[in-house]
Amino acid sequence: MTFWKRFISNRGALLGLGILIAVLLVALLAPLIYPRGPWAMVQRPFLVPFTTDGLPLGTDTLGRDVLAGLVYGARVSLLVGLVSTVMALLIGVPLGALAGFYGKWVDEGAMRFTEFFQTIPNFALAIVLVAILEPSLTSITIAIAIVSWPPVARLVRAEVMSVTRREYVDAARLAGLSNMHILIRQVLPNTVSPIIVMASLMVATAILLESSLSFLGLGDPNIMSWGFQIGAARTVIRSAWWLSFFPGAAIVLTVLALNLIGEGLNDALNPHLSRKGRS
Amino acid sequence: MAIAGAILSRLLKAAITLLAIAILNFFLIHAAPGDPATVLAGEAGAADPQMIADLKARFGLDQPFYVQLLQYVGNIMTLDLGYSFRQGQPVLDLILERLPATLILTLTAFWISLLAGVALGVAASARVGKFTDSLITGTALLFYATPLYWAALMAVLVFSVQLGWLPGFGYETVGSGYAGLTRIWDILLHLILPALTLGLFFMAVYMRMTRASMLEVGQQDFVKTARAKGLAPSIIRRRHILRNALLPVVTLAGLQAGQLVGGAVLTETVFAWPGIGRLMFESLAARDYNTILGVFLVSAAMVIVFNIITDLVYRLIDPRIGQKA
Repeated sequence: MTFWKRFISNRGALLGLGILIAVLLVALLAPLIYPRGPWAMVQRPFLVPFTTDGLPLGTDTLGRDVLAGLVYGARVSLLVGLVSTVMALLIGVPLGALAGFYGKWVDEGAMRFTEFFQTIPNFALAIVLVAILEPSLTSITIAIAIVSWPPVARLVRAEVMSVTRREYVDAARLAGLSNMHILIRQVLPNTVSPIIVMASLMVATAILLESSLSFLGLGDPNIMSWGFQIGAARTVIRSAWWLSFFPGAAIVLTVLALNLIGEGLNDALNPHLSRKGRS
Repeated sequence: MAIAGAILSRLLKAAITLLAIAILNFFLIHAAPGDPATVLAGEAGAADPQMIADLKARFGLDQPFYVQLLQYVGNIMTLDLGYSFRQGQPVLDLILERLPATLILTLTAFWISLLAGVALGVAASARVGKFTDSLITGTALLFYATPLYWAALMAVLVFSVQLGWLPGFGYETVGSGYAGLTRIWDILLHLILPALTLGLFFMAVYMRMTRASMLEVGQQDFVKTARAKGLAPSIIRRRHILRNALLPVVTLAGLQAGQLVGGAVLTETVFAWPGIGRLMFESLAARDYNTILGVFLVSAAMVIVFNIITDLVYRLIDPRIGQKA
């Protein structure tokens, strides 16, 4: 079976892919659906959902359309999730690859550095970074990348170590290829599939982190996000449940979709493991 | 002897890590936009010039960079975490005052999530592929995708606002005048929702790990031997598989305990739980960087302590660990 056939035979993964594509489309088309943007005050505040035409999810404390906020919030979540994951890969992959390939003091140094970052509580470090660098889309993305790279480095290091011991790498050395050439062209391509799986799960974690930061009021003040919506509605939870319920449900759906995709990728890329227990 | 050596080397490592975090904090203060003195005063742009000048002298900000670094790190190593001008108290006092509440919350959440996670993982692995398994793994997948603070808010909405079963706010009933056992009972009632919602995500993590680990160990040869001897499946599961399957779960639990401390910021914010997480949240709005960095340092220290304890527990469960080193 090909990779794609294995992937789409997994119902969970297919469901996840469907949800993710829907969220992506909504995010891309947001300016077309709501040309007035998410901040426009369209009606009186605290309109209950499903009671007013054109405002299916009601309005918030300032009379803004909750659904418009949700639609624009999808853009931030996906953008921050993707960009911060790419940045974390750009830190973690080279570091882990060098540590695993060269071993000895390079490995020792790189792993001590990684361990240090793993000891620091992730979320607390992200809060400190965003608070000090001033909340903005850039600082949030950078902070999430800084707290997410260590597991990548560890994974890549372990993979590179095991691949480097194989015979074809010895053959490449005998053929006189340079270390860099062997690492980049012969070793790293064979570590790609676990990295892909991890990356898809990292996007999910990054979305959770972004929403948590925005919930605490550390979001970019000019950009509507799901976490911000929930944070702004926190104090009125007793009177206006829908203000926090719908953005939260959007987060759960998106993160769930990404996790399902990650598991599906894992099963499809490592078919010999898929019948065993998944962790 | 081996254990004493291990503790010593762990303590040394812990000291180095804390030192590195102190240095990191120092650089963060200097990375913040604006003058470090105003950053420390938490008064970006609005401070009285005389106070800023005093601060500069007091923190030696007119000294060369490396002197400042040494002085800052020296202060932290002597437990001087600076002064919170917003709250009018030394940061260390603020933190110590609120640390017990956070410890109660995180430790309760940790035990709930670990025990429930392992129990559910064992249950799922015993009926792998059946309905119970799908139900447990499905629920875990859902908890895994739920933001901590949202779970907390929804729990308040359902159990506190709608049903009125449990208090959804604070540490104890204010002005109740409860004492002794009634007071402890009152605090316990207040603890249920925060601890459960903080533990949900980690319960999902431990459940998935336990299930996978049980299935993996269950395929090893010594289990086949036990089965061939005719032992009852429940005994094999408890005495043979579970004991070996717990090892990776304990390792993971030690690592995750740190995330629990970070998550407490969110839970404490929602439930107005008077711990260091709530303190951090309040300091964010006030831009009280000194307190923010202090809480950060203390939570990192908590993680290190958690990790050392896990390491010791690990040695108790598996005596082979100590002999390897």
